Amino acid sequence: MPLLDVRNLTTYYMTRRGPVRAVEDVSFAVEKAQAMGLAGESGCGKTTIALSLLRILPPEGKIVRGQILFEGKDIVKMSEKELREHIRWKGIALIFQGAMNALNPVYKIKEQIVEAIKIHEPNVTKREAEERAKKLFELVGLDPSRVDNYPHEFSGGMKQRACIAMALACNPKLLIADEPGTALDVVVQAQILKLLRELKEKLSISLIVISHDLSLITETCDTIAIMYAGKIVEFADIVEMFKKPLHPYAQALIESFPSISSKKYKFVSIPGAPPNLLNPPSGCRFHERCKYAMDICKKKEPEFKEVSKGHFVACHLVGG
Amino acid sequence: MSETLLKVENLKKWFPLKLGFFRSLVSKKLLYVRAVDGISFDIKNEEIFGLAGESGSGKTTTGRCILRLIEPTDGRIIFEGRDITKLTPDEMKSFRRRMQIIFQDPYESLNPRMTVEDIVAEPLRILRIANSEDEIIAKVKEILTKVGLTPPEEFMFRYPHELSGGQRQRVAIARAFVINPKFVVADEPVSMLDVSIRAEILKLMLSLTKEYRSSFLYITHDLALAKHLCNRIAIMYLGKIMEMGTTEQVIDNPLHPYTKALIAAVPIPDPTARRSEVVIKGEIPSPVNPPSGCRFHTRCPSVIGEICRKEEPELIEIEKGHFVACHIYSKK
Ligand SMILES: Nc1ncnc2c1ncn2[C@@H]1O[C@H](COP(=O)(O)OP(=O)(O)OP(=O)(O)O)[C@@H](O)[C@H]1O
Ligand SMILES: Nc1ncnc2c1ncn2[C@@H]1O[C@H](COP(=O)(O)OP(=O)(O)OP(=O)(O)O)[C@@H](O)[C@H]1O
Ligand code: SF4
Ligand SMILES: [Mg+2]
Ligand SMILES: [Mg+2]
Repeated sequence: MPLLDVRNLTTYYMTRRGPVRAVEDVSFAVEKAQAMGLAGESGCGKTTIALSLLRILPPEGKIVRGQILFEGKDIVKMSEKELREHIRWKGIALIFQGAMNALNPVYKIKEQIVEAIKIHEPNVTKREAEERAKKLFELVGLDPSRVDNYPHEFSGGMKQRACIAMALACNPKLLIADEPGTALDVVVQAQILKLLRELKEKLSISLIVISHDLSLITETCDTIAIMYAGKIVEFADIVEMFKKPLHPYAQALIESFPSISSKKYKFVSIPGAPPNLLNPPSGCRFHERCKYAMDICKKKEPEFKEVSKGHFVACHLVGG
Repeated sequence: MSETLLKVENLKKWFPLKLGFFRSLVSKKLLYVRAVDGISFDIKNEEIFGLAGESGSGKTTTGRCILRLIEPTDGRIIFEGRDITKLTPDEMKSFRRRMQIIFQDPYESLNPRMTVEDIVAEPLRILRIANSEDEIIAKVKEILTKVGLTPPEEFMFRYPHELSGGQRQRVAIARAFVINPKFVVADEPVSMLDVSIRAEILKLMLSLTKEYRSSFLYITHDLALAKHLCNRIAIMYLGKIMEMGTTEQVIDNPLHPYTKALIAAVPIPDPTARRSEVVIKGEIPSPVNPPSGCRFHTRCPSVIGEICRKEEPELIEIEKGHFVACHIYSKK
C-alpha cells in the first residue's frame, strides 16, 4: 500500500464568476521513502493539490470529489480534530511556497518552531520543544545556537532551512516542498536540494517536490507528475519520463528546458497560453496548443491510463 | 561583428548607506554599498553580451549606469566613441534614442493606466522621433505585428492587466524596439515567464537583434540559458568581474574557482546527468564591507595563501579574449 494514494481528486474555487476548476480528476501515489515531483507551469494547480492534501484550502476552495488515502485512511472524510491530531505536521507537513519570506518577523525562529510543536503535540513541555528545535536546526545544517535569532537576521538560504526545520518539527511521514528553490541563488539552491536528498535518506520520509523547474525535480525525485491546466497529463518514473515522454505537453515542456551541459538548444516553445480555468477547453485541455490535435481531442476527454507499469498518460494519441 | 559599440571603463557605483539618525551621529565615516566596484568590458556591434552572477552582485546597477538611469560614481562609458558620462541631459537625449532597456518584471514595468498603444508610442513621442500622429500609429502597429501581437488593433487599446505575462513582455519589447535602438539592456527579461513561452520571447529578441543590428547587454542569473544565448559572458561577484570571455571559454572551460562553483551548482534537467554540486559554502557577503584581497576568498575552495586575503587579483587575459581575476593565474 502506498503511503499516499490520491484518486480522482477534484478541487474547485467557488468564485462569484463561477467555479475555477483548479484541480480535476487527479490521481497519483507516493510510496514510502520515495520522492515525487509535481511539475507544471504557473497556475496549473500545483499548490491547490498541496493545500487539498492537508485540507487547508481558503474558504472558497472546495474538494468536490475524490479520495486522498493516507496510510489507507481518507483525508477527505476526516474531521477537523482528526486532521489536527493525525495529519497536519505529524502525517504530512508542508513548506509553503514563499514560506521563507512569510516567517513572522516579530518572533524568534525558536518560538515559531515551539509553537508549531505545542499545537500539534500538546503534551510536550516548552523545554522539550526548545530542545527539539535545536536538534532540528542541527538536522538542517543550521547552527543550533542561532535558534534565538529573528528571521531578519537570517539570509535567504538560512530562512529556507529554518522553514524545513519547522516542517519537520513533528516527524512527518510525508514532506511537501512547494517551490523550494524559487528566489534562491543557484549555489544556495544546490545546498537546499542536497539537504532535501539527505533528509529523505536519513529520515526515510516521503517527499513531494513542487516546482515549475524540471531540473529541481530531476535532482531530487524518483517519480514525476506533469500537470497542465488542472490535470495530471503524465505520471512516470523520472528516468522513463525523460527518456520517453508520451504526452505532447510533457514532450514540449521537457524539450523547452535549456541545459548547461547540452551543446545545442533549439528555443522550443509552446504557442499560446494556458487556458482560464473558469472555463477550460472542452475535451483535452491542451488541444488548443497541441500540434498533434485531432478532432476527437476537442470532443472527448482522454482517459488517464496506464500504458506500461507505473507509466500513466492522458492523450488520445497514446494507447489506442 | 567586430567594431566596439560600447566600452565600459572602471565603472563604479557606490550607494551611500542610509544609517539611522543616531547611528549617523556616532559613526563618523560614511558607509557605502559598493554595488559596482570598478568593472571594465566592451560590447561589439550585433553582440549579445551576458552579465551573470548571484543576486546582489551588481548586474542591474551596471545596466542602469550604462543608460545613465542612475549616475555612476566613477568611470567612463564610451558609446560609439563618445564618453556619455559627461553629457548634459540635453545632449543625452540623442543617445537615448539609440539605447533602451527591458525590465525583469512584466507586471511592474508597464504603467497600468496606459493602453498598449500609449505605452509603445511613448518613446516616439518623448524623443520626438515621428513627424505626425499618423506616423506614430503606423510605427506602433508595425512593431506590435513584429512582436507577434496580431492583429495589432486587437491589443492596442488594452491595458496591461488585460494581457498575459508573455503578452506584457512582448509589449515591453515592442516599446524598446520601436525606436530602432542600437543597444538594449535586457534585465532578466524572461525570468518571470513560464518556460513554454520563454523561448518564444528569446527567439523574438534574437530576430530583432538581427533585423535592427542591435547589441544586447543580457543580464541574467540563468547560466544554462546564457550559454545558449550569449556570444560572450562576464561573471560578476560583489561588484567585480571575476571572469570574462566567449561563452565557450567561460561556461565550457571555466577557470575561476567562483565560475567553476557556479556552474557545478546548476541543476541539469536530465535525471541521468550529474547532480548539482555544492562546492562553496555560505552565501554572498555584504557589499558594504567586501572581503579584503580577493572578494571571493571567504568562500573559495582553492585559496592559495595569504595573497588571496591581502591582494586584490587583477582581471588579466589568460588566453585570447579570456580574462580571469584570480591569483592562481596571475602568479605564474
Ligand atoms: N483563492 C482562489 N480563488 C480563485 N481562484 C484561485 C484561488 N487560488 C488559486 N486560484 C486559481 O486556481 C488555479 C491553480 O492555482 P495554484 O495556485 O494551485 O497554481 P500553481 O500551479 O501552484 O501556480 P504557481 O506555479 O504560480 O504557484 C489558478 O488558475 C489560480 O488562478
Ligand atoms: N538604490 C540603491 N540604494 C542602495 N543600495 C542599492 C541600490 N540599488 C542596489 N543596491 C545594492 O547594490 C547591490 C547590487 O544590486 P543590484 O540590484 O545591482 O544586483 P543584481 O546583481 O541586479 O541582483 P539581482 O540578481 O537580485 O537582481 C545590492 O547589494 C543592492 O542591495
Ligand atoms: S584569488 Fe585566491 S581566493 Fe580568489 S578565487 Fe583565486 S584562489 Fe580563490
Ligand atoms: Mg503554487
Ligand atoms: Mg537585478
